[in-house]
Amino acid sequence: MFIIKHKKIFISISIILVLLSVASLFIFGLRIGIDFNGGALTEVVYKDSRPAQSDLDTVFKTLDLGSLLIQPTGELGYIVKSLDLSEAQHALLLKTLSQDGKSPLEEKNFNSIGPSVGRELTRKAIIAIVLVSLGIIFFIAFAFRKVSNPSAVGRHGVASWKYGLMAIISLLHDVIIPIGLFTLLSHFYGAEVDTLFVVAALTILGLSVSDTIVIFDRIRENLRNKISTSFSETVGKSLDQSYMRSIFTSLTVIIVLLSLFFFGPESTKYFALMLTAGMFFGTYSSIFLASPLLVLVEEWQEKKRK
Amino acid sequence: MIKKLISIIIVLILGSAVAFFVFKSEPKLNSNFQNESSFFKNSPFRLGLDLSGGSHLIYKADVSGVGAGDVTVSMDALRDVIERRVNLFGVSEPIVQVQSSGFVSGAEEKLIVDLPGVTDVEKATAMIGQTPLLEFKTEAPTGATQNATVDKDGKVTLDAGSQFVSTELTGRYLQKATLEFDQTTREPKVSLQFDDTGTKLFARITKDNVGKMVAIYLDGAPISTPVVREEIPNGQAVISGNFTPVEAKQLVGRLNSGALPVPISLLSRQTIGATLGGDAVAAGVKAAIIGFLVVALFLILWYRLPGLIAVFALCIYIAIMLALFKLLPVTLTAAGIAGFIISIGIAVDANILIFERLKEELHSDRTIIDAVTAGFHRAWSSIRDSNISTIISAMILFWFGTSLIKGFALTLGIGVLVSMFSAIMISRIFLSGLVLIGEGKVSRFLFSSGISK
Repeated sequence: MFIIKHKKIFISISIILVLLSVASLFIFGLRIGIDFNGGALTEVVYKDSRPAQSDLDTVFKTLDLGSLLIQPTGELGYIVKSLDLSEAQHALLLKTLSQDGKSPLEEKNFNSIGPSVGRELTRKAIIAIVLVSLGIIFFIAFAFRKVSNPSAVGRHGVASWKYGLMAIISLLHDVIIPIGLFTLLSHFYGAEVDTLFVVAALTILGLSVSDTIVIFDRIRENLRNKISTSFSETVGKSLDQSYMRSIFTSLTVIIVLLSLFFFGPESTKYFALMLTAGMFFGTYSSIFLASPLLVLVEEWQEKKRK
Repeated sequence: MIKKLISIIIVLILGSAVAFFVFKSEPKLNSNFQNESSFFKNSPFRLGLDLSGGSHLIYKADVSGVGAGDVTVSMDALRDVIERRVNLFGVSEPIVQVQSSGFVSGAEEKLIVDLPGVTDVEKATAMIGQTPLLEFKTEAPTGATQNATVDKDGKVTLDAGSQFVSTELTGRYLQKATLEFDQTTREPKVSLQFDDTGTKLFARITKDNVGKMVAIYLDGAPISTPVVREEIPNGQAVISGNFTPVEAKQLVGRLNSGALPVPISLLSRQTIGATLGGDAVAAGVKAAIIGFLVVALFLILWYRLPGLIAVFALCIYIAIMLALFKLLPVTLTAAGIAGFIISIGIAVDANILIFERLKEELHSDRTIIDAVTAGFHRAWSSIRDSNISTIISAMILFWFGTSLIKGFALTLGIGVLVSMFSAIMISRIFLSGLVLIGEGKVSRFLFSSGISK
């Protein structure tokens, strides 16, 4: 019942976080990676010692490779970001990095993506986002297809589509906050939007909606069983019954995600972090946002009627 | 009673068998892997390029010169040619696939080439793009100008290029090249069979040039200059340059692979060094093990006996998943491993849903047996609902996928499906069997969970 009593505080927290995320998105923006923009990324590791970055910069300025960004990585490595490179340009880049063979190096990773491949991936990503969103909305509609809208005694019930709407609102909340978090990572640590970012966002959609639906199911079950005379109390009791399970099911996923973040491969670090945030706020929203919002809606509904 | 015990034993035996298979088919876990049966040997984990190291190339095919109806045919022909060329490098399990134009993939016809283990991308692209040029030339008519150079020692070198003139006969009219070994000298030779047009051309050339030399040029250089003894009407020729067996074999392969049906240009390249891939595998395995251990610890501490059972079920789940990865097979990428690790967390979800229900049922003063049955029964709709949305996402991602994404969507999707099976079948069989330990304070404590009594 605690949650319902203080529902306005919890809803406000969500609103503030969403607003901050949107603000951060506008202020910092997202850094789009080469997956979508096209370009090249070369990662090299030197065998003995790494030449000074300023030395390399000066040499690169004299070459016709377009604008280059050299970032140190690890103890002996550099990552070079550039426009997409032809084979000759790539060979020139490696030769320059190795200072004509004076500093032997190993190329660990080379990725050159032409602009048309980037455009193709962008189109695919947009289609996937639209399809997943539609799929999830249809699923929500299906989950709330039963027209029956059991009501508390003496009051009108909350229509099924409003349950669905609340589920979608909390879903947006679950995706927007991790994206806001990512803009910070993007700004301060140089994280870039790549295919994994899109996958993370879409996976959050899939993972976080289920919690909300399960709790809503419990609420409707309790309304039918008339466990209480007031709507808000029914919702409160339903939350009391289901919040443990919600938290624990998310907790196990968060445990493995954190393990993936701390010990897993470098390439999936930001991915794991974003999903962790998604799972966390997904659980938060199903307990502290979606159901309190329902109560709020029901109260407004009654006020209007009077 | 006995029935339940038998089901538990069957599940345990099957689970161990699956785990045994996974263990036996891993070279790293078996010291004398070479002696294993081929069934085990042929079931390794299939690692994607980002884990094994290698090159990923995307070519654009220029099909503007091909009629609209023939695009598919020529793209398939292109794939076959490139596949044959790639196979010549001795790359293990290369993947060459056509990506047709369409609403989703864009207007270009693309060819995607994955070369595991090949990190010298310059060499690889050079070899893929290379078409051997085979030409047959005849002696220039006497009297024609011949270029000769005299070096400083006074030695005269005749420029071979001017000695011969081109004919119409080229590698285009080649039907088949085969590798042969000379009966007496054991030297490798390349035997050529021309097609109909080629046979006619070759017959005419040999007829006109009896007693003269015919030069066979490969990529602009003469490799063999045999003297024609008589007309050859059957369209067969033999090249015996001073080949090593390997060179001869490569030449045969390249000649057979023929010319590209449509021109291609490289759009994008990705090369991942083997060390980077190896590090990613090690990190992925570490993350999976640590994640599993922490989840297992949590389950046992919080849910006690049912938790322990869930851990058993989770072990079987993991064994089934790994076996599926090997048998289907699923190409594992870093994202794929991430999907698998996440699926471990999700697999536990179903158990938790059941246990929380179980706890509620126990609170409402049911017997343990009733509570277990009711717990499973009531949790099912929640389990189904909480997995459908994940399956929807996974399916769309799989379809959207580049190979990276496909790996993730596949492991996550399979994971969710298998986890539903494992929660419903395996956990249930275990739990309903353990109910046999009876009703009492101790067993009630064991079946309860958390800090509650």
